[in-house]
Amino acid sequence: MPADLTKSERAVSPTRYKDAAMQALAGVDPVPGAKKPDPILVADGVTRRFGGLTAVDVDHVEIQRGSITALIGPNGAGKSTFFNLLTGFDKPDDGTWTFNGVSLSGVPPHRVARRGMVRTFQLTKALSRLTVMQNMLLGATGQKGESFLRAIFPPIWRAQERANTARAEELLGRFRLDTKRDDFAGTMSGGQRKLLEMARALMVGPEMVMLDEPMAGVNPALTQSLLGHVKSLREEGMTVLFVEHDMDMVRDISDWVLVMAQGRIIAEGPPEQIMANEAVIDAYLGGHHDAPLDAPEDAPLRDEASSRRKDPEATR
Amino acid sequence: MDWFLIFSNALAAAVGLETVIFALAAIGLNVHFGYTGLLNFGQAGFLAVAGYGLAICVATFQLPTLVGVAVGLLGAVVLALLLGAPTLRLRADYLAIVTIAAAEIVRLVFRSVTLSEYTGGSDGLGRFAEGFYSINPISPGSYGLGPLDFNERQTWVLSVGWTLVGLSCLLVFLLMRSPWGRVLKAIREDEDAVRSLGKNVYGYKLQSLVLGGVLGSLAGFMTAWGNAVVQPDNFSTETTFYAYTIVILGGAARVFGPVVGAAIFWALLSFTDNALNQAKSAGYIPEALLSTVQVGQVRLMLVGLGLMALMIFRPQGLFGDRRELALDAR
Repeated sequence: MPADLTKSERAVSPTRYKDAAMQALAGVDPVPGAKKPDPILVADGVTRRFGGLTAVDVDHVEIQRGSITALIGPNGAGKSTFFNLLTGFDKPDDGTWTFNGVSLSGVPPHRVARRGMVRTFQLTKALSRLTVMQNMLLGATGQKGESFLRAIFPPIWRAQERANTARAEELLGRFRLDTKRDDFAGTMSGGQRKLLEMARALMVGPEMVMLDEPMAGVNPALTQSLLGHVKSLREEGMTVLFVEHDMDMVRDISDWVLVMAQGRIIAEGPPEQIMANEAVIDAYLGGHHDAPLDAPEDAPLRDEASSRRKDPEATR
Repeated sequence: MDWFLIFSNALAAAVGLETVIFALAAIGLNVHFGYTGLLNFGQAGFLAVAGYGLAICVATFQLPTLVGVAVGLLGAVVLALLLGAPTLRLRADYLAIVTIAAAEIVRLVFRSVTLSEYTGGSDGLGRFAEGFYSINPISPGSYGLGPLDFNERQTWVLSVGWTLVGLSCLLVFLLMRSPWGRVLKAIREDEDAVRSLGKNVYGYKLQSLVLGGVLGSLAGFMTAWGNAVVQPDNFSTETTFYAYTIVILGGAARVFGPVVGAAIFWALLSFTDNALNQAKSAGYIPEALLSTVQVGQVRLMLVGLGLMALMIFRPQGLFGDRRELALDAR
């Protein structure tokens, strides 16, 4: 557990968890559905159909504890739906999955969060008309003052509230949001909201953090700082699963990559290997990986893109 | 024109029975709509269940007043659970549809001929308020301050009513600054975010619906005692919409918003009514332009105009914070 790590230990080995994750994953066969040495999350036969469309059809997938795992794939691949299923926000037609060895099938979202698996959303959900501090405090678990009868008597919950506030202040400081403490969350920029959402999720004290497109709509300067925060989650012993489109970011921070297409996991492996995978490159990592490559209306755009690639001066 | 009379009547309306009733109904609605974001369009149903629960127990079954109050409160809780249990898991608009229909069902059941043996049908029930007035500690006489003047019965009703308003405001104040209230406000903003943080959103919404319904039931008791009679048409959808108007007028999600909103709403109605009538009898408005029977409608039009102006120039209500309103676009 991260709490066992003293400051000096961390100073000696700032990448202790990264090294551990790399080591653990080194011997894993890079094929879809590969067994991991110490999986925190195991999903089996999870399917979700919307009418005739099968949005998610995952045979078997394991997420290594203490690693940063990226989930990539083109739009409509079913990444977000898979996220929703795992966190209880959507119900699958079929399938089981376990978190820390305990089944999460049919568990409502708030119980999933209480068991230590906390998610963020693709469209950031800052609680606009609550202050940044109130947003943070909402994340704390086991609050006595959140029960109706005890809420009326502040002495019962005041001490706990103070402790939570101190913890929230520490987190806000880490995410450089401490100056925003008493502002309405709705006044913040898109990037700051992403930071707030991540900090708020940490208030729950999760073992595993699920980030749905944490970098979407964030400017490049802030991306670097967000990257640092995601890495630091791993160094505190948390497991991270995130959906992302930006391949540079995926390469930079992930220990393992899952590739999803048309609802299935079609490839997985270390990032370098996935980048080199011909099928993956062709289908998802080309110059135009956000759109179906065979879309006829995109043909002029593709031509233009490829001609620019041949002649770099043309882009200047 | 007797301006003194017009203003003293408006002042009396501002502290009068209607203000008390609608303040209580609106405090409950404010918990639903203002704090939790629940679209309850059936607040009148909670008033009706409480008012009739009390009246039927006492007038039809000759039970003590306290039993009637208990039955009324229980009725409000049951109604809230009945409405909330199936709808609160669904999208917000379902609650709106179900509550507006349920309130009408409640009213029509109390109005029905079949049950008139117990409910008095469309005439309603009387002779149940003696228990309430018999414990009146105020000796007969006239009480008032300045232009206000109430007899001992009115004084008793208003004292009890304003005490209830005060206690309700205190309860809402204590709850809404607690972590419990924080969860409600967060649900108003985005319930999925609250779920993702490990809170049982459904449970909180149900608690909010029950709390607001019980506060509304206090308004039902005051309607019953204040008029010494309950009639089904006291609890029409109009009651709910007046309560909404009052919540928005005062400023949603503000503790005293509903109270001040109710006072201003009824003072305005009284003011326009009196002013129009006096202007007519003084001959300022010719009969051809506005007949005496039309005054009642025209005063509502004028109040409506005033409310429109308020929404245009102060959309956050009297107590609201404009900055919050600007954040509404998520």
